[in-house]
Amino acid sequence: MVQAIVFLPLLGAILAGLIALFGAHARNPSGDTVEHHDDHGHGDAHAAAAHDDHGHDDHGHDDHAHDDHGPVEPAAAGSRGAELITTAFLFVSAALSWMTLVDVGFMHHDMRIPLLPWILSGDLQVYWTLRVDTLTAVMLVVVTTVSSLVHLYSIGYMDEDPNRPRFFGYLSLFTFAMLMLVTADNLVQLFFGWEGVGLASYLLIGFWYQKPSANAAAIKAFVVNRVGDFGFALGIFAIFVLAGSTDFETIFHAAPGLTGKTIDFLGWHADALTLTCLLLFMGAMGKSAQFLLHTWLPDAMEGPTPVSALIHAATMVTAGVFMVARLSPLFELAPNAQAVVMFFGATTAFFAATIGLVQNDIKRIVAYSTCSQLGYMFVAMGAGAYSVGMFHLFTHAFFKALLFLGSGSVIYAMHHEQDIRNMGGLWRKIPYTYAVMVVGTLALTGFPLTAGYFSKDAIIEAAYASHNPFAIYGFLMTVVAAGLTSFYSWRLIFKTFHGEPHDDHHYEAAHEAPIWMLIPIGVLAVGSILAGFPFKELFAGHGIEEFFRESVKMNPHIIEEMHHIPETIALLPTVMMVLGFLVSYLFYIRRPYLPVELANTQPMLYKFLLNKWYFDELYEIIFVRPAKWIGYQLWKKGDGFIIDGLGPDGISARVLDVTRNVVKIQTGYLYHYAFAMLIGAAGLITWFMFGFGGQ
Amino acid sequence: MTTWPILSVTTFLPLVGALIVYLSRGDDEAARRNSRWIALWTTLITFAVSVILVMRFDASNADFQFVEKANWLATGITYHMGVDGISLPLVILTTAIMPFCIIASWKSITNRVREYMMAFLILETLMIGTFSALDLVLFYLFFEGGLIPMFLIIGVWGGPRRVYASFKFFLYTLLGSVLMLLAIMALYWNGGTTDIPTLMHTAVPRSLQTWAWLAFFASFAVKMPMWPVHTWLPDAHVEAPTAGSVVLAAILLKMGGYGFLRFSLPMFPLASHDFAPLIFTLSAIAIIYTSLVALMQEDMKKLIAYSSVAHMGFVTMGIFAGTMQGVAGGVFQMISHGIVSGALFLCVGIVYDRMHTRDIAAYGGLVNRMPLYALTFMVFTMANVGLPGTSGFVGEFMTLLGTFKVSIPTAFFATFGVILSACYALWLYRKVVFGALVKPSLASMKDLTFRECLTLFPLIALTILFGIYPKPVLDMSAASVQQLVNNYNTAVTAVKAAALLQ
Repeated sequence: MVQAIVFLPLLGAILAGLIALFGAHARNPSGDTVEHHDDHGHGDAHAAAAHDDHGHDDHGHDDHAHDDHGPVEPAAAGSRGAELITTAFLFVSAALSWMTLVDVGFMHHDMRIPLLPWILSGDLQVYWTLRVDTLTAVMLVVVTTVSSLVHLYSIGYMDEDPNRPRFFGYLSLFTFAMLMLVTADNLVQLFFGWEGVGLASYLLIGFWYQKPSANAAAIKAFVVNRVGDFGFALGIFAIFVLAGSTDFETIFHAAPGLTGKTIDFLGWHADALTLTCLLLFMGAMGKSAQFLLHTWLPDAMEGPTPVSALIHAATMVTAGVFMVARLSPLFELAPNAQAVVMFFGATTAFFAATIGLVQNDIKRIVAYSTCSQLGYMFVAMGAGAYSVGMFHLFTHAFFKALLFLGSGSVIYAMHHEQDIRNMGGLWRKIPYTYAVMVVGTLALTGFPLTAGYFSKDAIIEAAYASHNPFAIYGFLMTVVAAGLTSFYSWRLIFKTFHGEPHDDHHYEAAHEAPIWMLIPIGVLAVGSILAGFPFKELFAGHGIEEFFRESVKMNPHIIEEMHHIPETIALLPTVMMVLGFLVSYLFYIRRPYLPVELANTQPMLYKFLLNKWYFDELYEIIFVRPAKWIGYQLWKKGDGFIIDGLGPDGISARVLDVTRNVVKIQTGYLYHYAFAMLIGAAGLITWFMFGFGGQ
Repeated sequence: MTTWPILSVTTFLPLVGALIVYLSRGDDEAARRNSRWIALWTTLITFAVSVILVMRFDASNADFQFVEKANWLATGITYHMGVDGISLPLVILTTAIMPFCIIASWKSITNRVREYMMAFLILETLMIGTFSALDLVLFYLFFEGGLIPMFLIIGVWGGPRRVYASFKFFLYTLLGSVLMLLAIMALYWNGGTTDIPTLMHTAVPRSLQTWAWLAFFASFAVKMPMWPVHTWLPDAHVEAPTAGSVVLAAILLKMGGYGFLRFSLPMFPLASHDFAPLIFTLSAIAIIYTSLVALMQEDMKKLIAYSSVAHMGFVTMGIFAGTMQGVAGGVFQMISHGIVSGALFLCVGIVYDRMHTRDIAAYGGLVNRMPLYALTFMVFTMANVGLPGTSGFVGEFMTLLGTFKVSIPTAFFATFGVILSACYALWLYRKVVFGALVKPSLASMKDLTFRECLTLFPLIALTILFGIYPKPVLDMSAASVQQLVNNYNTAVTAVKAAALLQ
């Protein structure tokens, strides 16, 4: 069953990929000759150039260039087939996942299914193995459910794109990699899934490969993730050296014996477990777009909206959270590492929320919100309340995917307009989308009895109750961020759906999306409400022990203490939520001139937030430019001037001098001399050896 | 076990092929076609014979197999051939890559086809001989002899700066080889034989170890190439014809690594141990330095050449870590790099054949016209980046892991290669393949032909197969690597213990 869950998406990806490949090959003939100055070719090129220009001057938003192009090419043959195959496989996979959750979570049938040997060398023994315990089962459900809904949604959303088979192939490939990640039984397989989702994310962000911005965003995502993976890889090496294995079971067994050990790391005698956890957490920071390594996530919005919903909201970006939960037996033994986790989580929660306040691109607002919510999850991880973090991961998957897909529906209705300043009053035109977006917003802001209410409040309580050195910091940041979240979420709703339309042309043409898209967002809306209460006890109450068992190692006291915090504290997030709503209502419904005035009176702050705390500019100055400069210098000065100048060129210059001045034998080509030298040397040596051997 | 000298047959079959090409005179189109077909069949049959080697190879035996020994020159110098788990993968790599080289040259080489094919076939013999020679003199002949056909391939069929490039190539390698020759003589005086298996079990005095190690190092480091003697490689690659680059990257570079494994580590364990920090430093520098340089390249081949140097840095680092994973990873990385970098040069050759430029700026948006090519290039780019699931990952991961055990700083700095390789490889891919197709000159580009698919698709299959299931290669080399590592560690610990007692 688990094999089916994991490998059906792969099969779908391969089939869709083959359809895409055959279709693409049929349209582009083979041949190794190039007809230069071919009239037809010029025509094509001009057409392409014209399309490109058109894509750029259109409304100043560069997403969805494919649509501005109009129907450039007909859809690939077999598009419908590829859509149906992949979607059907995913729905089967999702159904099986829910069954697995019941089987594993309640019946306690944990599984480990060995598949193949992978890297076997000396004491390094890595196997391909599928491991399913409750933690994995929860992730299986999240991944396959959201993925199948996104597949379905994409059938409608991508209906004008000629490259649909390729798109669905990538989506399924991503799902496969994500499933390999969550079913990993050792760190190396986890790393396989980890980089695999990175590849799929790279391909999907750059799906519209004709757009330079999409390509740049794709590379940025991959490279920033690689920075995280740098730490992850070192973490794997460290754990292998410490525990002698990469298998989770072995590591967890060895972990208690590793406390107090130190590693000499670049002259710093670090506590072994703390260091290892920090290195591994660096990987999590990259994947989950935490503070300092977050810069790729907003840019990743260049990809098609269903991709943002699946990868950059519900699943891939939560891989870091999953990893920390998976490695909870290590983190529980490294309180300093937990402190760092909480610090980064809390900082991200606050920092991303502040940027979200002023963004105008509907997808970017939701993206920063994702970043912020991921910070919440890490706060829970830092507090030792792993299941609570997983709870938020679970609920967040529903309401954030809903918000993204809902935004997609808005964008679709507005004919690929993404700037909320050009929207307004849309609730009359697309009431269904409006309704589900409001549901999503309620869940995100933690409106009582919605899914987000239970999970987010639990995190804030956990932060308050924990004994982490950053507990108070974490608590304050998450509470403030709750208010900010409420503000920017309602700002999005008000500016998009209320008020006066700002772009009459698009407003008049706005229409509800096709049924393919409405069903998934409806399902997610239901999930955004129901994913909370029924699961509360299992994730954040007394059912944890029974439900999760050994799959996560909780801080032993945290749940108890969470239930004994003062009433006022427990109410605080809700108060903040209401406050945020009221301010937003005031700003965007009652007194719409207020935000403009505020921005004018505080230009510094406004610019600072609008430019995302200037991180992109900062990194450009600190990393990108110096790397290029050093690379150039090393190439020209290092290789060209020093090494070659002192080495071969210098010597050859001397040889040239010599040959010029001495006899001019035969051809004068340098390599002839060199050649003669070799033959001579070889002959000499042979003679030498002969002579010796003969003695 | 063997009834016929299978290893010698594998080694000298290409030479026979070269002879047949030589005998089929004429320079008209028919003769060219004949020589192409003869060369192709020769390489294919050689590959088929080498597959017999694999089937009969006993992977659990760490010693040399298929041993052939015959009197040759004088006492102590014999014709001694044999392979173990370290050399056999490289032999197979050689025989497997050669047919692709011949197919890749099918249309792009039009002048002096006969000579070209002969050069390649002779080169194949010399390369296989290098990996299977078990006598120092024999090894030296094969090792240095390989220079000549390669030198000719670059110098005759190369690009505009071929004279400079081939000369540079020659000068570097010559310098190393002279020193190696001295060391070989010294070993002969010390042991009274040039038999490699015997020498591997002959104790070499400490002082001689140091000098001999350095002399061998000079030769192998150039071949590898290690920083700072790598600058011949980008020039040689840029000027060499496509197939020449493929052989250079896939096989010739592996001779250095093989030399370290066959000579430096087993014969001079103490010197290897002493010099390990030097190797670590050079490797880490190579990885970071050449990756940064690769970032700024404007020529596709140069970029891949620099990335080769970086990847070879992982090999040297792993080998001198002296741990099981390090050495086995080094061997695996050599095989993987042979496949991946060879394929990348083939990819460059494909667009070069069409456009006759390797300028990155001259391309862009190829995916619009060449979807198959885009897919192929993507697979190898990802393998070059070391994505798990491709063979590139296994080698990098194992060498880094093996090194982390003995030297954390080296592993730490070398891991930066993981980030930088993503930067330059994806940048190249984006500039060449992605984007809109706006350049008029590219508008009539056509996708891969059947012949080109024939060269690339088997390599894709191997890259992914070895990424998911590297066991065949790892198992083949495991016993020999284990023995090598054990001997090395025994020697090193013995000296350390002795030092403690004093």
